[in-house]
Amino acid sequence: MGTSFGRGGATTFQQDLQNSDCILIMGSNMAENHPVGFQWVMEARERGAKIIHVDPRFTRTSAMVNLHVPIRPGTDTAFLGAIIHYILEHDRAFKEYVVNYTNAPVILREDFKDTEELDGFFSGWHEDQNRYTFESWQYGSMDGAPHMDKTLQDPRCVYQVLKRHYARYTPETAAQICGIDAQQIIEVAEALCANSGRERTSAISYSVGWTQHTAGAQTIRGAAIIQLLLGNIGRPGGGILALRGHASIQGSTDIPTLFNLLPGYIPMPHALAHDNLKDFIESGSAMAGAWGNLDRYVVSLLKAWFGEHATEKSDFCFDLLPRINGDHSTYRSIMDMLDGKVKGFFCIGENPAVGSGNSGLHRRALANLEWLVVRDFNEIESASFWYDAPEIESGELRTESIKTEIFWMPAAGHTEKDGSFTNTQRLLQWRDKAVEPQDEARSELWFYYHLGKRIKEKIAQQAEPHADPIRFLTWEYPETGETREPSAAAVLREINGWDAQGKALSGFGELKADGSTACGCWIYCGCYKDEQNQTARRKPGSEQNWVAPEWAWAWPANRRILYNRASADPQGKPWSERKKYVWWDEQKSEWIGFDTPDFAKNKRPDYIPPNGAKADDAIAGGQPFIMQADGLGWIFAPTGLVDGPLPVYYEPHESPVRNLLYSQQANPCRRQFPRPFNESNPSPSELHGDAFPFVLHTYRLTEHHTAGAMSRSVPHLSELQPEFFCEVSPELAQLRGLIHGDWATIFTSRAVIEARVMVTGRVKPMILQGKEFHSVGLPYHWGSRGLVTGDSANDLLQITLEPNAHINETKGLTCDIMPGRRPRGEAVPAFLNDVRKRAHMDVVT
Amino acid sequence: MADWKARTEGAKVVKSICPYCAVGCGQSVYVKDEKIVQIEGDPDSPISRGRLCPKGAASLSLVTNPLREYKVKYRRPFGTRWEELPLERAMEMIADRVLETRRDTWESTDGDGHTLNRCYGIAHLGGATLDNEENYLMKKLYTALGVVQVENQARI
Amino acid sequence: MGFFTDTTLCIGCKACEVACKEWNKLPSDGYEFTGESYDNTKELNGNSWRHVAFIEQLGQERDTSRWLMESDVCKHCTHAGCLDVCPTGAIIRTEFGTVVIQDDICNGCGYCVVACPFGVIGEKQEDHTMGKCTLCYDRLKVGEQPACAKACPTESIQFGVVDELRERAEKRLANVQARFAGAQLYLNDPNDGVGGGGSLFLLLDKPEVYGLPPNPIVPTKDLPLRWRTAGIAAALLFGAVVLCAAVRE
Repeated sequence: MGTSFGRGGATTFQQDLQNSDCILIMGSNMAENHPVGFQWVMEARERGAKIIHVDPRFTRTSAMVNLHVPIRPGTDTAFLGAIIHYILEHDRAFKEYVVNYTNAPVILREDFKDTEELDGFFSGWHEDQNRYTFESWQYGSMDGAPHMDKTLQDPRCVYQVLKRHYARYTPETAAQICGIDAQQIIEVAEALCANSGRERTSAISYSVGWTQHTAGAQTIRGAAIIQLLLGNIGRPGGGILALRGHASIQGSTDIPTLFNLLPGYIPMPHALAHDNLKDFIESGSAMAGAWGNLDRYVVSLLKAWFGEHATEKSDFCFDLLPRINGDHSTYRSIMDMLDGKVKGFFCIGENPAVGSGNSGLHRRALANLEWLVVRDFNEIESASFWYDAPEIESGELRTESIKTEIFWMPAAGHTEKDGSFTNTQRLLQWRDKAVEPQDEARSELWFYYHLGKRIKEKIAQQAEPHADPIRFLTWEYPETGETREPSAAAVLREINGWDAQGKALSGFGELKADGSTACGCWIYCGCYKDEQNQTARRKPGSEQNWVAPEWAWAWPANRRILYNRASADPQGKPWSERKKYVWWDEQKSEWIGFDTPDFAKNKRPDYIPPNGAKADDAIAGGQPFIMQADGLGWIFAPTGLVDGPLPVYYEPHESPVRNLLYSQQANPCRRQFPRPFNESNPSPSELHGDAFPFVLHTYRLTEHHTAGAMSRSVPHLSELQPEFFCEVSPELAQLRGLIHGDWATIFTSRAVIEARVMVTGRVKPMILQGKEFHSVGLPYHWGSRGLVTGDSANDLLQITLEPNAHINETKGLTCDIMPGRRPRGEAVPAFLNDVRKRAHMDVVT
Repeated sequence: MADWKARTEGAKVVKSICPYCAVGCGQSVYVKDEKIVQIEGDPDSPISRGRLCPKGAASLSLVTNPLREYKVKYRRPFGTRWEELPLERAMEMIADRVLETRRDTWESTDGDGHTLNRCYGIAHLGGATLDNEENYLMKKLYTALGVVQVENQARI
Repeated sequence: MGFFTDTTLCIGCKACEVACKEWNKLPSDGYEFTGESYDNTKELNGNSWRHVAFIEQLGQERDTSRWLMESDVCKHCTHAGCLDVCPTGAIIRTEFGTVVIQDDICNGCGYCVVACPFGVIGEKQEDHTMGKCTLCYDRLKVGEQPACAKACPTESIQFGVVDELRERAEKRLANVQARFAGAQLYLNDPNDGVGGGGSLFLLLDKPEVYGLPPNPIVPTKDLPLRWRTAGIAAALLFGAVVLCAAVRE
């Protein structure tokens, strides 16, 4: 999303789904996993909108919609590709939108080569390094504005490249990949086309069914291309709604606890690129658009963190920041734990021992640490692995031999602390503390504040190497109550930032690069405007317009639909009365509407940037994508993704079939970690590619939450889905002799687990390239602890990462299944060795 | 129950947000005598309009769940059982572990002399039910400590 | 007051089951995997006062797949067998026209269990009295709607004045008939065997498909006579009959 439109967040908000004429839910089981948000889909359905669910299983979402299309897990990019093919082939794009608001007219360089020319690769591929260099993907002209052909006829313009790129994604070919009928794809494509344009809009919503694949980012890019071609971004009832699974998962990328980012999507400094602040700003800034002010955001952040020490003379303490020089994602860390390079680990409200892909590998990593801090409500599996892990039962690990020193600490609940969550629509919503936490339970705010305070005290008393970053760190927050809880409001105010007089800033437009402003996260600047906690605003929805702009606060600048300049035509008039949202008011000489305009308020629609204009001044009045250096929506992504400027269909890392579209089987850029206990099941055309014949996918149920720590401890939820089960079709049950209600053993080359059998017609065999294939569906909510327990589906998985977001592929792997209960104890490693032997894989000793 | 009096009568209502998924449903938390007596949907929320899913509706049972524990537990290296450890002592020990590992695994430069300025031996994985303010303090503290392997559920 | 449960809007999330248990402090009813689609609560009983039924209707070709979901609850019958047979007077018709068991009076005899044509009532784990939906009598008294109806994410469970709900149900049926094969109303007829339900339903198939009796008849039709002969609780029963009559008007 960030690459296509400029910001890494949902372009719209849940309530806006009620305005959609067609909603495509794909890679998401919204009715089950976001039931309350789903009310807005039901509103649309009841108003006559066409609702489509594309998903491997017939779920509770499928049961509610007009059309369900059961595709094979992991083939989404092919499906979306066929929709793009249909739009282009039948000339159904919203041309006026495409020509003016997207980069479809941009002419690409001569040396850019598409996958059509290089059999599944783009130009810039380095076989020896398994990676691309990106020069040839850049726009043809670097002197100011890119060259364009607004007739879209130039053979090197994005639109024509796109046409050639998608020529082979015919509905018939995609249907063979996805295991469906071509007619089903055509029906979806036609519904989207018929419900887009001036008078109508379609929305797409997705979730981890798209992201947890080795082609995750490119799948989302496929949706972005569709929505740009059909003119659905920035308009009511349109957009792409990323449905996040956790209360503040959007917040935890905005203010990232992520290795490669600083707050507000500022990149972490890189060892090879950023010697000083000037380098950093120059390499990260764009001439035009909001990133043209990177200097203001970074300097203000450094002021917030290092206070009086951050001066022009000290390069604003830029040198105190640590540098990255590769992948330091959590999966890399796990490998480094296994290899003894990472010695201490904080596991905070997270449960990798059952919640992460290839959980067994994670448990082995935890057992190889020097120390581990686990903070949670209950003693979760990540705290108890040293005595109750499956590897203890099998004898592969012994309690007495595990050196890990463990601190389990009780955490405060959401009702026991103040603070804000950022929900799936970028909305920061404040919670007030209702009661004090009991005994030694504390908030994470308390824990980190007091840990930091203690560390600062220690280095003040002892000679500590490399102490400056800690010593200079601003760390003063008002404490309240007996427990000396730091003030969350004061932290939020620092995130918002203040000016030279210490007054809260009202928006990121006020940030300065001279050190006179401090701001902890520039995109959140304005959340404490007028010294008021804007995130705590609670004007009832019933007393506002349907956008409800006075309920809480959304980033950026309280905008609810992003890029909403695009809801008006190039002249600033609404595309239609029915779909009006934000428009230019000539008399007032400003943009007005139902939402905060996502555009400079007084910038005329016919504004043309003067020569030498920078940052937002360089964005023309007809360019709605103000974060992009060219102000346009990116159908073609000249930068931002490491695995290609356009989506390409590759098979999942483990797959039962060959890639029908290219000779390249899987995403060549995917990150692999080949090592014992993380072996890959062979896939065609490898030898014994049929050793694991079934497609495995994991998912959630309404009644539980993630790996179960927040639901297997709750009686009223545990009783609703008490046991781990696998969902299989009657056909697979017959093939393998599985009995409904009885037990099944499911295995990969990594693990063997057992589950109760749910034989259901809701799961259907797939015909792929003329042959019948089956899938095994596994909800992954269980583990060894809780009111209800069971094997963990995540044990079966393998770690191979998507190359942009470093997210693991958890759906669309391969497995085998047989009736009965699994082996126990020492029989487990023996069984797995047998399995590997039969697949002619290496045997682990 | 014979008097059929709703236990929310006369309770203080504290406004909150559901901790489960990212829909962000509004919650009303009813408090009497410093105890939560009920959690239900906040009708004022324009997103949820007072409604909750089964998980949101079970929020009170979550924060009072029978498996919840309130005391620090400590497992020493090679230990075979949990031990008690006062919170303050645990905090002190963790601060010591952090500084010790930081010293042991500090990387000033890479092999070619490029600045790294970091502590490689500590990693963090956080859930995505943590508050923005909490994430902010974490990222700030870890960055100052030189810890770069700071990650959360968004990657999972 | 009563419920209109519109199954065309039910997403099977079970928020109603949980919201009911949270409000009424009901225990979990065991952790047993039934294999009956996504239904592990199985039935209405003393510990589960809302129950979501799941019916998978999938043809061999799976081209007309349906997954029916229905949140079941006490019907708060106009002629309530449970109320008729209760020997202690624990079961009352409230000022809201609902049927409520007073647990401080109930002695747990269980007569009401067999008198209910829907199998709604059962013994409560906690105190061995009989339990069923009270339509959140305590919440109604302070002007709040029942917990299940409030939680329902998609307004599948609607709460209101029964006559208005009946009208709404008729309208809704007319609206959905073309879209949903088999749509039909259940317990909306005041002339049926229980005098119409205080809880009415819009179903997508015959009642028996959902495990509901197709033609429920209050089993106490001629019971009052025998009881009066026996001279038991006559005055109390009279009170109940009057109340019933009042509601019917």
